[in-house]
Amino acid sequence: MTETPQAGTPKIRIRGLRKAFGAKQVLDGIDLDVAAGTSMVVIGGSGSGKSVLLKCILGLVEPDSGTIEIDGQDLACLDQPARQALRAQIGMLFQNSALFDSLPVWENVAFGLLAQHQVSRAQARTRAAEMLGQVGLGPDVGGLYPAELSGGMQKRVGLARAIAGGGRILLFDEPTTGLDPIMGAIIDGLIADCVRRLGSTALAITHDMASAARIGDRAAMLFGGRLVWQGEAAQLLDSGNPMVDQFTHGRRDGPIQMELRG
Amino acid sequence: MNAIGALGRNVLSLLGSAGAMVLFGLSGVSHLLRPPFYGRLFLRSFIDFAYFSLPVVALTAIFSGMVIALQSYTGFSRYGATSAIANIVLISVVRELAPVLAGLMVAGRVGAAMAAELGTMRVTDQIDALRTLSTDPMKYLVAPRLLAGLLALPLLVLVADVLGVGGGFLIATAKLGFEPHTYITNTVAFLNTADVVLSVVKAAVFGIIVSLMGCYYGYNSRGGAQGVGAATTSAVVSASILILAFDYVLTELFFSR
Repeated sequence: MTETPQAGTPKIRIRGLRKAFGAKQVLDGIDLDVAAGTSMVVIGGSGSGKSVLLKCILGLVEPDSGTIEIDGQDLACLDQPARQALRAQIGMLFQNSALFDSLPVWENVAFGLLAQHQVSRAQARTRAAEMLGQVGLGPDVGGLYPAELSGGMQKRVGLARAIAGGGRILLFDEPTTGLDPIMGAIIDGLIADCVRRLGSTALAITHDMASAARIGDRAAMLFGGRLVWQGEAAQLLDSGNPMVDQFTHGRRDGPIQMELRG
Repeated sequence: MNAIGALGRNVLSLLGSAGAMVLFGLSGVSHLLRPPFYGRLFLRSFIDFAYFSLPVVALTAIFSGMVIALQSYTGFSRYGATSAIANIVLISVVRELAPVLAGLMVAGRVGAAMAAELGTMRVTDQIDALRTLSTDPMKYLVAPRLLAGLLALPLLVLVADVLGVGGGFLIATAKLGFEPHTYITNTVAFLNTADVVLSVVKAAVFGIIVSLMGCYYGYNSRGGAQGVGAATTSAVVSASILILAFDYVLTELFFSR
């Protein structure tokens, strides 16, 4: 059973999250709150554990310890149906879109609705066309297969699929990776529009500073398995934190030393 | 000591893999018994398994029957026992060649495709995406393929039985001088229900093996394109070895008395 969240309870609340793969401690005590209706952007270098953080929230990776709460409910303490119901609120845009290439676009978009038997196939197709419209794609795109789409169009379809379930919580994994700057800006604009229009709570991970500024209300930086800074997204380029400054300005020298294997 | 240690590690690794495969298979089968069911996906897998494998299995069966007729004639004519050829072709094809060769052909065609498809889905996050859309990948991807393997290969093998015997008939009558009516009468007289049952049982087991290996290696593939390639190879090799091993076990079970 899901309970009504109390006022002031963060939509997503993470405490003491740890995850190691073998000897490598990827997440080492993450504490993070994402307030309802806001967008949080987590920045960090490649291999810093950003994707693992999202996968822990989605239940794709089991954390070693720590808690993840949605609407004040600890996912680990819920039975399977309740956990499933809470996670059904989450829409996810994967880094490479992860569209099902054996299915046409409309079925990709309406997959969640069909899987939960909420609608008939005819209704799902109509709903998919609506969702595609919200990300700037015509209904004719629904009949194409993912392999027939450009990278930017695949991202749009991925976004349509993410918001098709209602979009109460949206997670974005490197939403602009592999796109040219203009298309990246367009996708960011669509994400910001969707989040605002749907009143979603969003958590995005990226190492694209322009993207972070466009999507986020707040931002945090992940380094060494910990969040080393949190603040307003607008402060990212002038945070006063040497690690964030080195990262956002792309300086080679600074407190962050990249691990290079010789 | 190093050699013994390496041997021990390999044995443990092999046992671990075997256990993981069995658990994976049991999990897939358990999903066949619990809703929701994905009939559309089952149908797609079934058609891929049965219909699209028909040409390669049919050709294999026909040529095998033809070769058996030729070879047995060469051998048996020395002893004046050429009348046994219809029986030899029937037993060879129905008991062994049709199920084993169909299994091996399907392992190469369908098992490899399953491993490649699921492997690509794994490395492109499509399997993770299924989970985020409230869909259990075992139920959606694995269970329909297991059922398709279980049901499709017996049908294919029944067709292969007929075509293999037909291939033998073709050579026997067109090349070796057998009288068609007598050959068919001998074949029907030797036809035994137990042989056909064995053929179908073997096919069902081999069908499960092909699907299970394809799904297991594809589902657990890692490491990009190279990982998908390795998964595909492992699926075909493992399925082929298991088909031959289970062929012996089933033959022993049916005919050891």
